[in-house]
Amino acid sequence: MSDIVLDLQKLTRRFGNFTAVDSLTLSVNAGEVFGLLGSNGAGKTTTIKMLTTLLPPSSGEARVAGFSITDQAVDVRRSIGYVPQAVSVDGSLTGYENLLIFAKLYDLPRGEQQARIREALEFMDLTAEGGRLVSQYSGGMVRRLEIAQSTLHRPRVLFLDEPTVGLDPIARDAVWKHLVDLRANYGTTLFFTTHYLEEAESHCDRIAIMHLGQLDALGTTKELETSLGGGAHTLSEVFVHYAGTALESGGTFRDVSAERATAQRLG
Amino acid sequence: MATTFIHPLTGFVEKTFVITEFELRKLRHDFTELVTRALQPALWLLVFGQVFSRSGMMHTGNVPYLDFIAPGILAQSVLFVAIFYGINVIWERDLGIVQKFLASPTPRAALVLGKGFSAGIRTLSQAAVVYALSLLLGVKLDWSPLALLNVFLIVILAATLFSTFSLIIACIVKTRERFMGVGQVLTMPLFFASNAIYPTTIMPGWLKVISHLNPLTYVVDGLRTCMLSGSTSSFGLGIDYAVIIVTTIILVLIGARLYPHLAT
Repeated sequence: MSDIVLDLQKLTRRFGNFTAVDSLTLSVNAGEVFGLLGSNGAGKTTTIKMLTTLLPPSSGEARVAGFSITDQAVDVRRSIGYVPQAVSVDGSLTGYENLLIFAKLYDLPRGEQQARIREALEFMDLTAEGGRLVSQYSGGMVRRLEIAQSTLHRPRVLFLDEPTVGLDPIARDAVWKHLVDLRANYGTTLFFTTHYLEEAESHCDRIAIMHLGQLDALGTTKELETSLGGGAHTLSEVFVHYAGTALESGGTFRDVSAERATAQRLG
Repeated sequence: MATTFIHPLTGFVEKTFVITEFELRKLRHDFTELVTRALQPALWLLVFGQVFSRSGMMHTGNVPYLDFIAPGILAQSVLFVAIFYGINVIWERDLGIVQKFLASPTPRAALVLGKGFSAGIRTLSQAAVVYALSLLLGVKLDWSPLALLNVFLIVILAATLFSTFSLIIACIVKTRERFMGVGQVLTMPLFFASNAIYPTTIMPGWLKVISHLNPLTYVVDGLRTCMLSGSTSSFGLGIDYAVIIVTTIILVLIGARLYPHLAT
């Protein structure tokens, strides 16, 4: 049996009367690329926030890299990397400085910091840009720097919330190429949310589809495509079947404006 | 993954300084704000201070009014710079920076205190401006190393105190618009209910009580004691330091509790 790095048991988060994530149970194996799909407001970001210890669950439990998100939050934080949907590097610093601060925050040994930063910049094809202010970077470069920053300490799991939102197809491909390499070289488990079905289809080992806070479908792309019965369906048809149309839900004003702001900053 | 054991206290101090370094590195790339900030204390000292000094309306005992007001204006500019510091936190929240820091193993109190110290170091430029203007206006300054060290420490601590207060407000209101409103509402009462530009002895009784509860009063008293040659403290420098440090610790603890709310 594979090593399980994410284990969610009836994980639930309520905001007042509204249940954003409803009794979510699933597990993710080490080294897996796992995509969480769903329309806006389905509970994807809330799930990631709970798993990254930013938001306490209302009930249920989850273990990340073997640590409880409620009782061992600091151990969880040491074991994960997190790339939020919004831009999370500082534009008024250089790429190198953004990495240096995180190398220090994650307690990388002083003697290794420079080598690790150099390696991370090289790995993300940013060596030539390391000394430039991040405000001068393109959207794709910003995302790659964010991934470099979140993986300096070689986390077991990397959480990415809409990693390619607002990027053009070429930049999206470049980001994915680096994510795939990250898994290949370091065995990093990737747990990400996306709206782009083709990305999920080409990169995920398994996909979960959430709708109104609940897990509606889980499996490999193939399994999902045959799950509807009556012959094979496209992932897009499967998505519409489980998640409904975007018009039915659509997320809150804040979700939508945050997403657009990110797209605008990166684009 | 690095698994070296680090003592919690050493870790906390180290992380605090990493956050301070993060903030100060930004300043290195763009220090225009230091120049624009110099204008406000200049206006207060050169215009307000000069006019009121000539009017002879303020009874400040043996100390000339310009001498009296110089440390008050330094305290005021520390307050004004620090009290709007929280807006940066809201900005960082609208981006994903706060979330990323909170998902790292950095102690919450180190995130808050590190930011506070950086505000402190930023406001040191205001001290340099006030000293230069005071020199120009003939204020009798105490140039002994001990006095300068005390001014240095009080400015950093005061900015840490008020910027942490500002961070707490930011954690509660969460939006820039509301923050600006609350910031404006708080600044003036803190300033006027203190001994910055007039002595507490001429205040009505109720205001005197409020001024004694206002940490700015102790900042001004500490600065006045150390900056001016031959000046004596109203409360004692020990009390000034104690009030400033204890208030800062309480605020940092509250800030550390509230800061994670920014990620939700």
